[in-house]
Amino acid sequence: MNLSLIAPEICVLATAVVIILADLFFQRKSFLAIISLVGLAVACSFTIHLWGGNAQTTFANMLVVDKFALFFKLLFPITAALVILASIDYVSRFSSFQGEYYALVLLSTLGMMLISSATDLISIFASLELISISLYALVGFLKDAKSAEASLKYLLLGAIASAILLYGMAFIFGFTGKTQLGDIANSIRNMSLRGASAAPGLMLGLILLIVGLGFKIAAFPFQMWVPDVYEGAPTPITAYLSVASKAAGFAIILRIFYSTFGFPTWLSQDWGMIFAVLAAIGMTAGNIVAIPQTNIKRMLAYSSIAQAGYLILGIAAMGFSPMMNHLGQSSLLFFLAGYAVTNLGAFIAVIAISNKVGSDRISDFDGMGKRAPLLALALTLCLISLTGIPPTAGFMAKFYIFSAAVQHDLLWLVIIAVLNSVVSAYYYLRVVKVMWLNEPKFEGNVPSSPALRTALVISCLGVILLGVLPNYVMKLAEMAAKMFAF
Amino acid sequence: MNFNILSLIIFLPALGAIIIACISNSRTKLIKYIAAAFTLIPLILGLVVFFNFDKSASMAGVMQFQEKASWIPLINSYYHVGLDGISLPLFLLMDFLGFLIVLISWKIDVRPREYFAWLLLLETSILGVFTSLDILLFFIFWEIEVIPMFFLISIWGSGRKEYSALKYVLYTLFGSAMMLAGILCLYFTTGSLSMVDIMQKGIGSYVAVVPAALMFFLLLGGFAVKLPVFPFHTWLPDAHTDAPTAVSVVLAGALLKMGGYGMIRICVSIFPTIARQYAPLLIALAVVNIIYGAAVTLKQTDIKRLIAYSSISHMGFVLLGIFALTQVSMVGATMQMVSHGLITGLLFATAGLIMHNTNERNIAKLGGLARQIPMITVIFTIAGLGAMGVPSTSGFISEFMTFLGSFQSHVLFHGNTTFVRVFTILAILGILMGAAYILWLLQRVFYGPPQDKFNGVHDADKLERVYSAIFIILIFIIGLAPSILTNIIKTGISPIIHLIGG
Repeated sequence: MNLSLIAPEICVLATAVVIILADLFFQRKSFLAIISLVGLAVACSFTIHLWGGNAQTTFANMLVVDKFALFFKLLFPITAALVILASIDYVSRFSSFQGEYYALVLLSTLGMMLISSATDLISIFASLELISISLYALVGFLKDAKSAEASLKYLLLGAIASAILLYGMAFIFGFTGKTQLGDIANSIRNMSLRGASAAPGLMLGLILLIVGLGFKIAAFPFQMWVPDVYEGAPTPITAYLSVASKAAGFAIILRIFYSTFGFPTWLSQDWGMIFAVLAAIGMTAGNIVAIPQTNIKRMLAYSSIAQAGYLILGIAAMGFSPMMNHLGQSSLLFFLAGYAVTNLGAFIAVIAISNKVGSDRISDFDGMGKRAPLLALALTLCLISLTGIPPTAGFMAKFYIFSAAVQHDLLWLVIIAVLNSVVSAYYYLRVVKVMWLNEPKFEGNVPSSPALRTALVISCLGVILLGVLPNYVMKLAEMAAKMFAF
Repeated sequence: MNFNILSLIIFLPALGAIIIACISNSRTKLIKYIAAAFTLIPLILGLVVFFNFDKSASMAGVMQFQEKASWIPLINSYYHVGLDGISLPLFLLMDFLGFLIVLISWKIDVRPREYFAWLLLLETSILGVFTSLDILLFFIFWEIEVIPMFFLISIWGSGRKEYSALKYVLYTLFGSAMMLAGILCLYFTTGSLSMVDIMQKGIGSYVAVVPAALMFFLLLGGFAVKLPVFPFHTWLPDAHTDAPTAVSVVLAGALLKMGGYGMIRICVSIFPTIARQYAPLLIALAVVNIIYGAAVTLKQTDIKRLIAYSSISHMGFVLLGIFALTQVSMVGATMQMVSHGLITGLLFATAGLIMHNTNERNIAKLGGLARQIPMITVIFTIAGLGAMGVPSTSGFISEFMTFLGSFQSHVLFHGNTTFVRVFTILAILGILMGAAYILWLLQRVFYGPPQDKFNGVHDADKLERVYSAIFIILIFIIGLAPSILTNIIKTGISPIIHLIGG
């Protein structure tokens, strides 16, 4: 067992423990945020250090450290750090449990980092629960009626999803007799076509897996928890849910479906088709329901369901010919990175604005262009990026992922997707319109804390950088996609 | 040339936009001078490019002033710009318009900082479209234009400005969504994003992932919305009518031309055989555009809306010229794009003046203005004569070439020239109707008994006379010495004609 391979995870865990302890002794709670940021930075540097090496397994083949996992071990701590920066103001208003807030964020980050490495059904499920349970608590952190309702809803539906997932895993285990992804893949590979296709248990297990994981990535029709939970949760946690928790779901879907069910081709085309249909329904439903929303958090919730649809397109592309090349996977990874900076930027701007106006209603964003030009500009940039208009990260991500789909003969799906982008422009631009065209209801500018501004500037720079000079991150994503150990 | 003159021209306005964004809103004068400077320098450099352009026949089809740098190697995309005979006139047109719209906007006092920043950004994106030789880069510039237009129409417009702005954006995005799908298919068929390479190798030498005709129509979709081609034209009257004057000028003057340019540069150049196969359909649509556009124009009561509908009719000539697929007709179509940019630009600018000075845009309520505002009357009449295609204006020579070329076209309908002649003759009716709506407009607005309520109306001031004079001079230069442009355009068109054959 080589502990140095999981140094980033150990570092995040240690930081979480230190925070809980420090919470007892320090009166100045902003100190806790600084500790978590330092811890995450150290974790990132460990990851970068590991990047050069070859793929290695540890913990009796339960975990693997390959470039794919390392890509996510960079993405998750950076996301968590931005969320923590955006939380400082928010959390300082809590009378108690500030330490627990940061510790829980770090623990769920730990779960996400572990899941990107997990290669065994048991370690996958354990890390998934670590993520979920931390998030259940965080969603209910405001302790008001809405937040409590959101938390309970998330807990109940999440528990059902976990049960379904577990049921699917049980089928797969029962069918193959293995829990390690590589072993499962081997036993499927060794089956004759007749043997495998005559086994409904495998297909049932597969479908149950898609359902259970579909819940985590907020894929339609497993999205019913999303609007209420996003609206009720503390806004930084909403941002975190919409970006990191979704990315973790995609990480594990990619790994399971590529390395375990990517062969034989008839199997991968089966689930590729399922994902293609999920993508088409998801983006259409998400975009259409987003149109009448009046609360910006709910609108972004539906928009994130639509964005999940674009992301699933990458999985579908992978399913149609997983061995051909890595365009499906690498474009999905790039999309996740672009989506992370964009959506975080949008939520951070929303946090800053609603801190001041005390509401999440879109109509209360009237005249923000006059009251807070820079915040409004940042939110506009992020919304443009979500629409997919250049020169932003969102455009490059869409171009890349659509190109993967076209290459795998999914032109019909791409046409649905590009038309959906047009629909989405309608509701994204409505927010832009409200901010720049309407007269402000109240006077006075909107101050924001330095931490929020830092987080916002980092996200916006990310949005522009990925839009204008995407090459570097694309290369990273491509290397990660090629380096699946299993 | 080591000196990156094209990039400098393209990005100077964007740089100006960033500088303006950093200046306080209250320093209106400074903002306007900066905007003027950052559009005048590109204009001067554009003229330098124009006079250094090698128009000898040996340079036909060769991109000049090229700049190429690796941009996203992973998808084989380059930052690649250059000019040939087709793009240079349009590029120069936008350089002129870019400077002139700043002068036209001189009286803007509402949120000037944002206004001029968006205006300059718009210029960068249009210049980028006309110079990009990489399809991804082309698409990015094409899309960037949407955001400035949305803000310019919805903040500084009039009437139902928010509705019109959103309609414009959604139509454009719809078109470019189709185009994006087409670009992706093209990319996976050829493995390249370079327009020049794909054109030289010919689409036929690749194994197509989807039928080439599907790619052709997906790409055409984006351009057809922009030009606009019937039935995708309904955004145009709304956007033009409600946009501020300068934006109408640039919309008619350069943005519509992006559609025509894209058709020549991508649809016809890359898919010559498909273009030949489906040209009859597009020519029929062109005739619908011309006749329907002109008929609707006759009925208009709003002065700006009238000019907007006349643009639809005039863009029909462009479509006709392009898809008649002869050298003369395609040169004529390109000429028509430049000429329409100047003439309709001037019409919109003057209509804006009339509206601004009289506070009236309903044609029925205007009348007898020739006495009160003689200068504006003269300017508007000259522009109107250009729009009618009166000889010695640029309108005449470009329409004449378009018809001449189309009439002789023998590449369509398997060499049977009867149909194309019938279509051309039908299209010529558009000229007649054009004369009707322009002369009737002049009569209703400027002639008849003078009305007392317009007694104190201001005529064009010095600045307005200056920019109108620039427009008029350009219209007559092209009208009297068309070879300045036709020689250049010919070098761009002839390799395409070679591909089409016949």
